[in-house]
Amino acid sequence: MNLVKKTNAAAFCRLTPKKVNSPSLMAVFIAACRREWQLQVRRKGDLINPLVFFALVVVLFPLGVSPTAEILAPVAPGVLWVAALLAVLMSLDALFRPDLQDGSLEQLLVCGYPAAPLSLAKVLVHWLLSCVPLVLLAPLLGVMLYLPFQAQGVLMLSLLLGSLTLSLVGAIGAALTTGLGKSGVLMTLLVLPFYMPVLIFGTGAMQAAIGGHTALAHLALLGALALVALVLSPWAIAAALRIAVSGE
Amino acid sequence: MWNWLKTLYHRLGSPKWFYQITGKWLPWFVAASLVLLTTGLVMGLAYAPMDYQQGNSFRIMYIHVPAAFLAQSVYMMMAAAGVVMLVWKIKMADVVAQALAPVGAAMTFISLVTGAIWGMPTWGTWWMWDARLTSMLILFFLYLGVIALREALSPQEVAAKACALLAIVGVINIPIIKYSVDWWYTLHQPASIKLTEKPAMPASMYLPLLFMVLGFYALLGWSVLLRARAEVLRREAKSGWVRELLKDK
Repeated sequence: MNLVKKTNAAAFCRLTPKKVNSPSLMAVFIAACRREWQLQVRRKGDLINPLVFFALVVVLFPLGVSPTAEILAPVAPGVLWVAALLAVLMSLDALFRPDLQDGSLEQLLVCGYPAAPLSLAKVLVHWLLSCVPLVLLAPLLGVMLYLPFQAQGVLMLSLLLGSLTLSLVGAIGAALTTGLGKSGVLMTLLVLPFYMPVLIFGTGAMQAAIGGHTALAHLALLGALALVALVLSPWAIAAALRIAVSGE
Repeated sequence: MWNWLKTLYHRLGSPKWFYQITGKWLPWFVAASLVLLTTGLVMGLAYAPMDYQQGNSFRIMYIHVPAAFLAQSVYMMMAAAGVVMLVWKIKMADVVAQALAPVGAAMTFISLVTGAIWGMPTWGTWWMWDARLTSMLILFFLYLGVIALREALSPQEVAAKACALLAIVGVINIPIIKYSVDWWYTLHQPASIKLTEKPAMPASMYLPLLFMVLGFYALLGWSVLLRARAEVLRREAKSGWVRELLKDK
């Protein structure tokens, strides 16, 4: 009996993986962040174009509606938010496609580490590099739209929290449409309905600040949305990337 | 009973069995929807008493309410089919999801249009940025997104998985969208004209509505089965049983 057990154990011994010093998930996550940072910093056009787009869309409104402060100031929160939302959406379009084309996306999926944290690294670096500049640009455009001064801080804070949700949710759409050559309009169609809650709470925060109330409730809700998106959307992004790669 | 359900579930997973079994179900759905819709419409349009506030215009409710019912539940069904598709890899679930999407979009559209027609005599306007109307409109866009994604992706399996994932993400998001739109409505708009709250409806008003809702569900079953059967034939066009089936005709 004992002998049988031993041989069984020996038979299974070969199947247990040999110990190699594989790096921890955290180290891989940091490495993925660094790689992503370097890649995105070198594609300067992709970083700057959404900012120019943001500024251009905002400039359209004084030309199209009216240049007077009485009309521009009340619509300024909505205009700034809609323009920022579209700019984030545009910037996400090319998030995964280069990786799919050069094959590194497949490597990400087969490397043995969970794909969700690694795709989260991509989205987080993207948020740092293209949404944070957007947040810094927003007050300047706000001044041009006669946004009251007391709302500037809330504008930046709400955009900072909201753009994280926008990036995470938009990345799901970007991942789903990665396999397509050009996906701009389709991705917009898929993702925009999911952006509406963020838009509502973001503009709500600014309206509250303009009206002299506290914007804390709206900002808290924006933060809650960002946290939920941070927890749930990496799994959806990873699943969508698997689908996209399997279709290649 | 349980075993019978289990074998039925497994049989429905195979295209051939699906085609044969649903062929037996189809006449029942047709009969049920025709009978229920006719009785519901006749009772609702001819015999139900007039509303003391809205007059005869309330009768559009008999189309509007069932359509709005289906608009929401079809999305849930689509997501459920998506879960079945992703977890158990049953291809028939995707066929059903594909058949459900346009029907759901049509129901949402019908409920929006009838709502607008109803709004004119009662509210005095075709469209109001009311919370319910707005979330219904967003639901319509969600349906269009799923349909557009299926159109765009080319290998069938990829489109199936992607649509299933999108439907599931949508179901998680629908409560958030609904809640935020409610919040936005209370924030921006004073509560102006509202639908007159349902007073305890008399049975002569309520029964036709019940018939219509059930009839709409039967109609949903009918149209989804028709679409799904056609899609099964299209996908399995190269298999032997479809060839034999078409040879007879």
